[in-house]
Amino acid sequence: MPSFVFLWTDFVLWLVVLGVAIYAWRVRGNRHALATWRHVTHDAPAMAAAVVLGVFIVIALLDSIHFRPRLPAAAGAAADAPTAYATRTVSVLDTLLAHAVEAREKTYSVPLAWWSFQRETQVVDGVEVRDFPRLAHGGAHLADPARDWVPDLVRRSLSGVLAGLAGGLLVCAGIAALRGRTRGGFAASARDIVRGNTELPWRPMLATLLAMAMLIGWIAALWPWYHPFGTDRTGNDVLFQALKSIRTAVVIGSLATIATLPLAIALGILAGYFKGWVDDLIQYFYTVLSSIPPILLVAAFVLLVNVYIDQNADSFETGVERAEFRLFLLTLILGVTGWSTLCRLLRAETLKLAELEYVQAAHAFGVSHWRIMRRHILPNVMHLVLIVAVLDFSALVLYEAVLSYVGVGVDPNSSSFGSMINLARSEMSRDPAVWWNLATAFTFMLALVLSANLVADAVREAFDPRARAFRPRRFRLKEAT
Amino acid sequence: MAGYIVRRCLYAVLILIGVNLLTFTLFFAVNSPDNIARLNIGGKRVTADAIEKWKAEHGYDKPLWFNAAEPGARRITNTIFHDRSLRLFTLDFGSSDSGRDIRHEVGTRIQASLALAAPMLVLTVFVSIAFSLLLVFFRASYLDFWGTVLCVVMMSISSLFYIIMAQWLFGKTLRLVPLSGFVPGIDLVKFLALPLVVGIVFQLGSEARLFRAILLEETNKDYVRTARAKGLSEAVVLFRHVLRNAWLPVLTHVGALLPYAFLGSIVFESFFGIPGLGTYVIEAIGGQDFAIVHTMVFLGSLLYIVAYLLTDIAYTFVDPRVRLT
Repeated sequence: MPSFVFLWTDFVLWLVVLGVAIYAWRVRGNRHALATWRHVTHDAPAMAAAVVLGVFIVIALLDSIHFRPRLPAAAGAAADAPTAYATRTVSVLDTLLAHAVEAREKTYSVPLAWWSFQRETQVVDGVEVRDFPRLAHGGAHLADPARDWVPDLVRRSLSGVLAGLAGGLLVCAGIAALRGRTRGGFAASARDIVRGNTELPWRPMLATLLAMAMLIGWIAALWPWYHPFGTDRTGNDVLFQALKSIRTAVVIGSLATIATLPLAIALGILAGYFKGWVDDLIQYFYTVLSSIPPILLVAAFVLLVNVYIDQNADSFETGVERAEFRLFLLTLILGVTGWSTLCRLLRAETLKLAELEYVQAAHAFGVSHWRIMRRHILPNVMHLVLIVAVLDFSALVLYEAVLSYVGVGVDPNSSSFGSMINLARSEMSRDPAVWWNLATAFTFMLALVLSANLVADAVREAFDPRARAFRPRRFRLKEAT
Repeated sequence: MAGYIVRRCLYAVLILIGVNLLTFTLFFAVNSPDNIARLNIGGKRVTADAIEKWKAEHGYDKPLWFNAAEPGARRITNTIFHDRSLRLFTLDFGSSDSGRDIRHEVGTRIQASLALAAPMLVLTVFVSIAFSLLLVFFRASYLDFWGTVLCVVMMSISSLFYIIMAQWLFGKTLRLVPLSGFVPGIDLVKFLALPLVVGIVFQLGSEARLFRAILLEETNKDYVRTARAKGLSEAVVLFRHVLRNAWLPVLTHVGALLPYAFLGSIVFESFFGIPGLGTYVIEAIGGQDFAIVHTMVFLGSLLYIVAYLLTDIAYTFVDPRVRLT
């Protein structure tokens, strides 16, 4: 057994997963909530985006189980010697992609290349030549790279894409068969899916799934032999960096959003419910906080945290633990500094609700303040909380990049899209430009934020009927029917 | 209205006191005056005497909150907090920890910030409204659909990408504009062109989507149906009726953007090498210069409050029904 390492961020992230699962289970039993969520599940772009988002979240969760692997027993050690564990903390994702961690080059290399980016002096047949040396790992299996490189790439790409396609089709067939059990058999179910004639938007979802499967197949076929997205300045695989950055982005997006909720909900409802001096005090609080430029406020808090970490450097066993602790505190900081918007919304909504007859009736029955707020007001403002939370996710992922640029973001040792972009700034001014770092960060970030935005829009439309009017429509005729 | 403004100003003072308390606590929870002195003297010259001397020169030789050694009211007034905060209300910012006059710095830098931020704000709002008007005019068509899709894609891209790509394409590859820098005079246009365009493009997605929602909400109202029933053309309905009524929510939004026009965008200024308030803040954070950070927080909050007050007053001009009481 390896020794599992419990990191704060992992713990909270899994807690969030558990919370979402419990919520989903409760929605199943609630007809009203189910009807609202059906708006989301019937939204084709949102569901296709959810498939992409799901893949990202699976990667983030795989990267959130950390342990220290057991070292093989030293030769000649006594049988009862204590088990030794590696000093490095690794995650499940690291172990799955161990070959990518180990396949380090000296410096930059172009995506899929077998040659290094920088010339080096080599001795060939006793003569000194300045040329691009071969990479230690990328394309190392090629006997004659100049001749074999392109055919090898084409062959592996084709087989990878086809294998991915086959795997994806298998999953599609499985889903069609599962649907078919209650809907007239496999053939009828498959026909409905292909025609887009289903209740859930299965056709766009499965199309997205197929595309993702082909992409994953292509990467899986090439990654053991090449660096599909090149290597960075110190020779690390860029694709691996990007996959690791997903977790940072998801952690910041989800945990920071959740960190805003306790203060926003508690203070927002208190202010709207009690009015009077409580309201004045809470309003004063959030006006002060929101009138300070956000970056300055975050920077001040981060400086505070840095000093604390430096003073308590001994309490962290590994570098990963320290980086994770800093990430965890960063999410808390973003939560503490970012609750005023939601608080303002909740206060306004509670002010309205507190005047309604059912709340007055509860008062007349002698229901306690606490119980009225919890049972009668909180459930009726939860839709606002949900809408703001999903909208915040993508904004925070983008914000992380800016914070890292200003120098108050995540730990320099942990990979994040922000630090990838920062490096890219100087890389783009090289000649020839090193573009693949930026391109990879761009692609992954766009996919993550865009899919989060699409899902967020669907959630907002489901819970805020007014927003449905803003939905762009393609067909004038369809609107009339 | 006069009574309203007076009350708001009094409340603003209260808010600024809160802001000061918060900044002060945060900053001195991190740094003791000794630390600041050590950082500023630097190198090998740090001795106990030098620290005391530096602290005395820069006014850090007093207790933070409460001076027990003084009699009466001076227990409160003869402290670092009192010295540093109260002065700000008279717009006397003192000198930075490295000895430069902050007011002079802010005065020169705010011009650079404004040179970029003011046109950016105006042009962004103008372009975004124009684009959203286009979408609303052709609503429920392919143009509207793909325009909105474009907005969502554009708002999913980090501002850093826009800047890096634009600098690479227009600055490095095509050599149309200088990469970064700032010169006074007519040549400034060349330096500001790229950040302006990038700034507009980067904000266009979210702004246009917001304005589109605001406009669409108006077009669903009864007076629009009445206007159409009178036989007015769609363009007249949109420009004369809808746009005028949509000014109020648009104004609220622009008001919230106003402080950033003065403070400057930290990211844009540092990428394009504009010596404005944004770069000033970054340098101050890096160098842990409390005097500057404190001043900038104060200034930022002040602008925020003033912007909100101006927005409220502007309401009365846009909508005569609004009365400030």
